[in-house]
Amino acid sequence: MSGFDTIIEGVLLGGVYALFALGLSLIFGIMRLVNLAHGDLILLAAYLVLSASTALGLPLAAASLLVVAVMFVLGFVLQRLVLERVLGDDILPPLLVTFGLSIVIQNGLLLGYGADSRRLQAGAFESSSVTLAPGLSVGLAPLTALVTAIAAVALLQLIFYRTSLGRAFRATADNPAIAQLMGVNERNVYAIAVGLSLAVSVIAAVVFGIRASFDPSIGPARLLYAFEAVIIGGLGSLWGTLAGGIVLGLAQAIGGRINPEWQILAGHLTFLAVLMVRPRGLFPARRT
Amino acid sequence: MSVESITIPASREQRPADLPVWQIRVGTRLSRVAAVAGIVLVVALAALPAIASRNLIQDLIFVLTMLTLAQLWNVLAGWGGLVSVGQQAFVGLGAYALFAGIVTAGLDPVAAIPLAGLFAALVAAVLGPLLFRLEGPYFAIGSWVAAEALRLICAQFKSLGGGTGMSISPSELSQMFGLKAVQALLGLRPAAARDVLVYWLALLLAVLVTLGTYAFMRSRHGLALAASRDNAAAARSVGVRTARIRHLLWIAVAFATGMVGAVVYLQKARISPDAAFSVTDWTAYVIFIVVIGGVRTIEGPMVGVLLLWGLVTYLAQYGSLYLVVLGTLAILIMLFMPRGVWGAAARRWQLQLFPTQRWLGRSR
Repeated sequence: MSGFDTIIEGVLLGGVYALFALGLSLIFGIMRLVNLAHGDLILLAAYLVLSASTALGLPLAAASLLVVAVMFVLGFVLQRLVLERVLGDDILPPLLVTFGLSIVIQNGLLLGYGADSRRLQAGAFESSSVTLAPGLSVGLAPLTALVTAIAAVALLQLIFYRTSLGRAFRATADNPAIAQLMGVNERNVYAIAVGLSLAVSVIAAVVFGIRASFDPSIGPARLLYAFEAVIIGGLGSLWGTLAGGIVLGLAQAIGGRINPEWQILAGHLTFLAVLMVRPRGLFPARRT
Repeated sequence: MSVESITIPASREQRPADLPVWQIRVGTRLSRVAAVAGIVLVVALAALPAIASRNLIQDLIFVLTMLTLAQLWNVLAGWGGLVSVGQQAFVGLGAYALFAGIVTAGLDPVAAIPLAGLFAALVAAVLGPLLFRLEGPYFAIGSWVAAEALRLICAQFKSLGGGTGMSISPSELSQMFGLKAVQALLGLRPAAARDVLVYWLALLLAVLVTLGTYAFMRSRHGLALAASRDNAAAARSVGVRTARIRHLLWIAVAFATGMVGAVVYLQKARISPDAAFSVTDWTAYVIFIVVIGGVRTIEGPMVGVLLLWGLVTYLAQYGSLYLVVLGTLAILIMLFMPRGVWGAAARRWQLQLFPTQRWLGRSR
């Protein structure tokens, strides 16, 4: 039975990783931008939710909604003021700027909140569990994480394929020049994409912050997990990213079951193995 | 000193004698002065331990090793377009190979340094084909993942201290090659003499790597590398083997980076996975140096490392705030002075101390 537990644990963990990955995948896909500060922005969101719920005394859900709005605006402004200036054929400037941002956010959080581990308080929700079958119960919080991830992918798919904003996203991703000729405002599309990416990251941050404790230094690791989920799943496919997250979660859970020290390593090695065997990921987009 | 001069062949018809023949040149008058000044500076630095304090020598070990890492990253990412955020992998591997060589194989530390470089190069040769499947920006995070995996693997070796690390006792280093000679020459205690020896090794590496980079970028192979970055398809169409040149560069840079790691940890004599594979110490600082100084110039990292040294000296006591300042500075430079401090100065005053750009001039 313990083997089965490990698999359940891995799948549920995968939901969190998929949520980490969605924001990264979104701007990968639309702007060809790799945001090295993604993990630290998730951490920033977690700390903002923490502040909003403790300092302002808001309930967690209200605090999260507030921070979603704040991070969307932050993403929009970040793209307009900073990232927009360095996007281009040369891949070096955007990588270096986002790497600098990662260092600034990480150490800024350290200055503002200290190095102590924190956790988001969700009351009874944290420890309650649901019984799926006789003798098989899972924590409500991890289950919610997976359900949230699935809902988030479905919602993003809906935005991408059923709205005019999604059409603008896809058109700009395919060919920014032509999209502009068709009346798409490229600058706004990019800024909304970054805003949306950070808004999704808030959801990832809340789900993660309830499950586990966090401190300012763990941002880069979140970036790496997100990236691994995207590449394992296959570039350009959101459902693939969800699957990639679950594969990564499973790898970590199984590795951790064999030896607790191997948990993270097993994830990294799985990523490298996928890169060796299927460099385009397990479920690549069918587009040519 | 035009290393690379391609004369354009005369046409078949009779050419008037007064028509100039054009030549592609790299050298300038200033660069010849700079070459002489450079030699004088290196000789002065080599003689410095005779009068310098131990503190200054330790500071200069930091400056020289960071300069070497910055030059290496500059070739790899700036000229080669392989933007790695995982160079700490090779610093760490070099350092761990050195410790393994000394502790388990009983090698002489100085002899273990090139072996540490070879070990890093070997791992790079294996990882390269895997990571090159990730294009451009994806390669950046891929190299970071590889570095993290290697850190976790090194932490598994209990004989090398596992996750907490280990130290080498001074007695194990007392028989090191050249140490007695340095002690006798400068009249120093073993610990100070070890610093001087490490300083000379760091100076040697810095000079070799800088000269190597300079010669490489002025050679036709350097041109081929830059062409592979700018437009791989076009480069291949004129016969450049883009994949091979990148792979070889990646391995060569790992070899030198591994040796730097070994030299750094020979001086520290204490290692841990978190320190040896630190992304802040071995990649963020290095990128900062190159960005501030100027990407794709030989002079940029030299200027950058001096600026970093100044900032470290005055700001390091503020901890996190110092890193916030460094990061912000790097972002601002990238936004408003993308060629870096040296790049901007060189453009403004037409300075070329170590020119790598080619220009067309009349031959005499």
